[in-house]
Amino acid sequence: MSGTNRIAGKGRLVPARTVSFTFDGRRLTGVEGDTLASALIANGIHLTGRSFKYHRPRGILSAGPEEPNALIDISRSSNTHTPNVRATVQEVFEGMTAQSQNRWPSLSFDVGAVNNLFSPIFAAGFYYKTFMWPKAAWKHFYEPNIRAAAGLGVSPKEPDPDRYANRFIHCDVLVVGGGIAGLIAARAAAETGASVVVCDEQPELGGALHHEIDTRIDGQEGFVWAQEIGSELAGMDNVRVLTRTTAFAYQAQNMVDLVERVSEHFANPDKLVPRERLWQVRARRVIVATGAIERHMVFAQNDRPGIMLASAARTYLNHYGVAVGSNVAVYTANDSAYRAAFDLKQAGIAVPVIVDARSDVDAGLLAEAEALGIQVLTDHAVVDTKGGLRLKSVRIERVGGGKSRTVEADALIMSAGWTPTLHLYSQSRAKVVWDEESARFLPGKAVQEMVTIGACNGTDALDALLEEAANAGMEAARLAGFAGASGYRAPDAESLTSRRGALMGAAPGAGPETTVKAFVDYQNDVTAKDIRLAVREGMHSIEHVKRFTTNGMATDQGKTSNIHGLAIAADMLDKPIPQVGLTTFRLPYTPVTFGAIVNHGRDRLFDPTRKTAIHKSHEALGAVFEDVGQWKRPWYYPKAGETMHAAVDRECRTVRETAGLFDASTLGKIEVVGPDAAKFLDLIYTNGWQKLAPGRCKYGIMLREDGFIYDDGVVGRIAEDRFHVTTTTGGAPRVLHHMEDYLQTEFPDLRVWLTSTTDQWSVIAVQGPKAREIIAPFVEGIDISNEAIPHMSVREGTVCGAPARLFRMSFTGELGFEVNVPADYGRAVWDALWARAQDLGACTYGTETMHVLRAEKGYIIVGQDTDGTVTADDAGLSWAVAKSKPDFVGIRGMKRPDLVASGRKQLVGLLTADPKQVLEEGAQIVADPNQPVPMKMIGHVTSSYWSENCGRSIAMAVVADGRALMGKTLYVPMPHEVIKVEVTDTVFFDKEGDRING
Amino acid sequence: MLLIHCPYCGEDRPELEFRHAGEAHVVRPDPISEISDEEFEAYFFIRDNPKGLTYERWRHMHGCARFFNAVRDTVSDKFVTTYKAGNPKVEIERGEDGIARVKGDGQ
Ligand SMILES: [Zn+2]
Repeated sequence: MSGTNRIAGKGRLVPARTVSFTFDGRRLTGVEGDTLASALIANGIHLTGRSFKYHRPRGILSAGPEEPNALIDISRSSNTHTPNVRATVQEVFEGMTAQSQNRWPSLSFDVGAVNNLFSPIFAAGFYYKTFMWPKAAWKHFYEPNIRAAAGLGVSPKEPDPDRYANRFIHCDVLVVGGGIAGLIAARAAAETGASVVVCDEQPELGGALHHEIDTRIDGQEGFVWAQEIGSELAGMDNVRVLTRTTAFAYQAQNMVDLVERVSEHFANPDKLVPRERLWQVRARRVIVATGAIERHMVFAQNDRPGIMLASAARTYLNHYGVAVGSNVAVYTANDSAYRAAFDLKQAGIAVPVIVDARSDVDAGLLAEAEALGIQVLTDHAVVDTKGGLRLKSVRIERVGGGKSRTVEADALIMSAGWTPTLHLYSQSRAKVVWDEESARFLPGKAVQEMVTIGACNGTDALDALLEEAANAGMEAARLAGFAGASGYRAPDAESLTSRRGALMGAAPGAGPETTVKAFVDYQNDVTAKDIRLAVREGMHSIEHVKRFTTNGMATDQGKTSNIHGLAIAADMLDKPIPQVGLTTFRLPYTPVTFGAIVNHGRDRLFDPTRKTAIHKSHEALGAVFEDVGQWKRPWYYPKAGETMHAAVDRECRTVRETAGLFDASTLGKIEVVGPDAAKFLDLIYTNGWQKLAPGRCKYGIMLREDGFIYDDGVVGRIAEDRFHVTTTTGGAPRVLHHMEDYLQTEFPDLRVWLTSTTDQWSVIAVQGPKAREIIAPFVEGIDISNEAIPHMSVREGTVCGAPARLFRMSFTGELGFEVNVPADYGRAVWDALWARAQDLGACTYGTETMHVLRAEKGYIIVGQDTDGTVTADDAGLSWAVAKSKPDFVGIRGMKRPDLVASGRKQLVGLLTADPKQVLEEGAQIVADPNQPVPMKMIGHVTSSYWSENCGRSIAMAVVADGRALMGKTLYVPMPHEVIKVEVTDTVFFDKEGDRING
Repeated sequence: MLLIHCPYCGEDRPELEFRHAGEAHVVRPDPISEISDEEFEAYFFIRDNPKGLTYERWRHMHGCARFFNAVRDTVSDKFVTTYKAGNPKVEIERGEDGIARVKGDGQ
């Protein structure tokens, strides 16, 4: 048995195909094809959750994606769950575990419902007014407690176990919506040979035909026709039909994002099948056929479980074969609810009354109701309801007051009219316009290559809709370049359903003169009264009203509530609706999982990982790696049992006593070639390059145009017209971009070509007194004596037989070489050099030791000792700025008044009074530690290390007018102490600098 | 994601291949070392931020790597045209239909 409310012979599901699932621990039976909502209603369950603010019992309102209430936590296994799933969208599957949310301890007895008693303090704006004082209490008390009490389900704590897929496709015509209009448009476009994609959010095509059983197309039931045309389309080579697929974002240039729920409805999805697939569709033309969403009636106590949209009740009956109640009252201001009443009555359900707020109702409908024995009360209103966890009765009054009567009912279905679904249209940046005649917002002029058709376009009459859809399909294909006439003719169709009539805002009996609780936005618990209060408190813009009341700001984004909220505000402001204006439709149309958006870009695929050609040798040597940008760099090489500190001390000592090998391959490298290469570098760097002889190197700094240091590095002149430029590890791409920018757009006449060679060269730094001895046996074609290759030289030859550029340079202050060989040879050369280095007592060293050794020599690291606001002079590098060059990038910026004023922070050394104490990088520096807080901060520490070679700590810092403070004492206030430091120059080791020439 | 026409490749390519490179037709003064503080401010710091047509530079980073100029409507994100770096600033006019076009292109 699949539920007591399942009606034999009704609906389209196959009753024998049952599925078993649980809801709040209760084992229930549904039918394959059920949504969770239809299966619950079949089992007599309407109560599915507690409301956000007042914890009021709430039931299922709709049968579609607009659902504000029935948000459920779904899981298929114990180790994962998904919160906030709309029960009206999620299909049931065998073994599904569904849990209600936002209630404690149980759905029928919820402690939080006490909020309902205190509802006056939860009125509009309550967050802003009530919980803002004292300030700290918001963070520590109010906010966590409000969240706990008013949560929207609980996020899973485990990593998402599911797979997601992503596809980019191009098509001639994308049709969004597979109702009558969309299907006809798709069919007409497809006929021309144009490539067509048609998507629909439901499992089957048909849209409103799910419930409109009176609509007949080509002589058959509309829904059957829709399935036939759907399979016809699916069978065409040029058509792709995507069901369970929601178009959630309309981006620029006709790119529409769709999310397909691929396996959410399977009991045991294949691990290889993605949970969802993101389709990013670039279409020449887009046809938006997104239909319309029915609005609820805004009246007192309109939120009891059992009160729902009329079209939803009709869908449950006609598609799922489920009655929403046994005694179903109707409250409407629209003709379409009558059809729902008639369908229910004809299925044997009692319909005690149709309450119509209008006085002028179509005579045909009234006659039909009378024939079916349904009482109709026109010009009447539902003014109150009763029932705790389920509707029991409704109270009815004539509009304007009078004697009231109470009618028993276990369900009330309602319709205040239909709101065209303009979300995608609006996201395409087109404006909506107010249509006075039909009193609703409709699409205006399209701004992208798109067209709206059908109910979302306000096309109500079936004949007009058929013609509009067929023409739109053919025209879209023609505009996409398919001139061939479509042979398609729109089908004949007829329907009894009318959607005439609309009520926006509060229903009679819930007007400004009342204090009743008439809900506008169910999900955020916003009542008509709240919106009026917002206006009274001075919120006159609809955007302000929205934020003050939170109307339309829940996960359903006000699909049922926005128009009501607007109408109530307009009424209070005594302005016509279009003058108050509509809030912006923001993407996504419905909530989209992070999984679908992030897709493959997680874990190892979140960001590329770059490894040097020598990486495997580092692993074999037991290196600990650190991330430097996308690079994995050896940080230090601990021996067994060695701490990081001990390893770094050993490496630092060994390099200076013997030698060390360091993988410097990540340094950015750019080959600058051409007759004007030196001229170009003159413009890019602050120093001059024309006189640098081939075979020599120079340290260069480059500025941005504003005069601040941008990057630095050693540049070797390989030949008259060829330079080997190195950049910082992190700076390589932006430096090349910067150079290309100037070369292409400012100095395009220069004959220079730039090539990134970062990945082409492996670079092995061999540093220390024994550096020459280590490389000697491997070098051919280069005289490596001190005289033949002095410090800051570069030679070409071979190393281990591999073509090499051998640099004599040093970032340690020791005798040093940097061996550049093509990356393919990098590891072999490293291994060969290491075998010999090891025999000579040398070590390998990582980035930490490199940092310490360079700091001992006062060499800066751009990005650590500079931060984008440091000039060459601030860093003590004025010597590297040419005085006589007529132009270089930054030449004017560096002379700006603020950059040459006194008081600038200058790079200095710091020595702590206690040599054992290592300062924290980033720590602030003050002149007087006894001044009152907030103290005047005159600088901060940029680099700080324990220096094993100096036998003490060392630090660099930028300090206001620091170079004038040599020998002075400054202070570094820390949480538990104030550290005394002495200002020094930045060279801590080998001040004479002799070792480098060894 | 925008589709951008690279005037060097002659192709419409997805935005992922490109990098935005700031306002177009900002001329670096020559000789820059001689200009006043006010002129430097105007050159380096002051930028248009129009609602409507904007002249901007893009670089076909993951394609031909060339910088080029573009005219884009910041309201619709629609490109009116793209053209090679160094070419003179393209004049744009709005037709009676409200659509911006390169002057002289007509409809
Ligand atoms: Zn290109």
